[in-house]
Amino acid sequence: MTFALILEWLIKGIIWVLVLLLGFAYLTLYERKALARIQVRVGPNRTGPWGILQPIADAVKLIFKEELMPARADKLLFFLAPVVTLAPALVITAVVPWGPTLHLFGRDITLYIADVNVGVLYIMSVASIAVYGIVLAGWSSNNKYAMMGGLRSSAQMISYELALGLSFVGVILLAGSARMTEIVEAQKSAWFVLLQPVGTAIFLIATLAEVNRAPFDMPEAEQELTAGYHTEYSGMKFALLFMAEYDKMIAISAIGATLFFGGYREFWFLSNTILSVDKTPWLGPIYMFIKLIILLFGMIWVRATFPRIRYDRLMAFGWKILLPLSLVLIFITATGILLAQQINSWLLWSIPILSLAAGMITIALMYRTLRRKEYARA
Amino acid sequence: MRVLEPLIELVRGLWTTLRSMFEKPVTIQYPEQKKPVKVRFRGRHILKRYENGLEKCIGCALCAAACPADAIFVESSENTDERRFSPGERYASTYEINMLRCIFCGFCEDACPTEAIILGDQYELSFTDRRQAIYPKEMLIEPIPAGGASTPQKTEPGKYTRSVPEMKDPQD
Repeated sequence: MTFALILEWLIKGIIWVLVLLLGFAYLTLYERKALARIQVRVGPNRTGPWGILQPIADAVKLIFKEELMPARADKLLFFLAPVVTLAPALVITAVVPWGPTLHLFGRDITLYIADVNVGVLYIMSVASIAVYGIVLAGWSSNNKYAMMGGLRSSAQMISYELALGLSFVGVILLAGSARMTEIVEAQKSAWFVLLQPVGTAIFLIATLAEVNRAPFDMPEAEQELTAGYHTEYSGMKFALLFMAEYDKMIAISAIGATLFFGGYREFWFLSNTILSVDKTPWLGPIYMFIKLIILLFGMIWVRATFPRIRYDRLMAFGWKILLPLSLVLIFITATGILLAQQINSWLLWSIPILSLAAGMITIALMYRTLRRKEYARA
Repeated sequence: MRVLEPLIELVRGLWTTLRSMFEKPVTIQYPEQKKPVKVRFRGRHILKRYENGLEKCIGCALCAAACPADAIFVESSENTDERRFSPGERYASTYEINMLRCIFCGFCEDACPTEAIILGDQYELSFTDRRQAIYPKEMLIEPIPAGGASTPQKTEPGKYTRSVPEMKDPQD
């Protein structure tokens, strides 16, 4: 524990927080632009070339806005809630590796802030803290809509955290470790999205619910709850809640890229070339960034496509479909690994086949149930 | 594969939105690029003139009477052959439209016996002051046509006795 090491951590931490804060601003622009293109519009293009100064203009506006506090609000909690929401969103990505070890200034610089040996567990625990901030924001505002938003959010996030956590288990089983760097290195030959296609799908669906994105944006359903838990917030406090939301999007995409899409590893067609991260390690962050952009586009795309689903259906989908399916997937993964170890390593590929079959059966059962309900109604 | 129908429907929805990303945006970059208005568009009022430069408005205030929003104020004065503004006995010495009240219904246009008031195609009517909202006659009247003279004009007696021009086609 030398001084230089502490300095290195400090610098990496500061850089990463700055990246997240700036990334939040430009994610809003990216979302607005992409959404506009999907809706056959052009999006913000007045502030600077292609509207690239729009986030700065927004930030300046929010800083100078009046901060309102409801008269009957719980002053302390009302003030703390945005902070409690933002902090987990910032620290959750501390364990995500952004590249292999670099040799700089005569030192080995690792491109992650912390190498926790229970990295995935850390992510799960920090992710569940974020819900406190939202519930507190809803409760302390002393507003019915905000309260409803907070309640919905807590119920939704707790329900989908189960499916999310169980989709992590398949990855941990395959990698044989909960350490994020080892999970990335385990995807050297094949990304886990190939071995865990249904697990990836569950992860992507559950993350949408986890970060309150459309079509699961019940906690802030504009048409029902004005703005949900942040109805009473304005100015910089609102900006903090907004920032937390978008930073969570970045964080969860980074986690998804790491767990299922090879992390900082190169794309499969670039392996063993000069563009592989084994040869040129500084390409790691670039690959990570590209994967992040693609996953974030997926979230925006889904938001632009699907309408919000009903609250009871959301809960039913989480508890009755995603949870049993992810349990089945864990069983399949464990069986596949056991078969591969005992008989032939080629049998590892029984995992995707069996899990796809399980997914198909689930969809078929869903279809049958929905059909039966349709007949009953007719 | 009928059981996969729900999944296929989801993918079809995603495909539709993705495809629309590559369409040409329908946005018009407004202040730089303006769309021509439709033929029957009702924008800011224009007070018309005859070809010789005389005003069509005779100050009858029928437009003010027809106005459901009470936006028009007309005050009329006598014409003389020495100082003639419009044909006939009287002209509008004051003609004001309060643009904060106007609802652009076009009733004034219909009420006018001389077709003096027309709703034009000007729609950029922003102002920063309540007083600026009242458009006086000088703002509303159209410029003097080529070959015409400005008002008041000195005219020969007995030529402009009719306020309302004779109708060429009574069916019109």
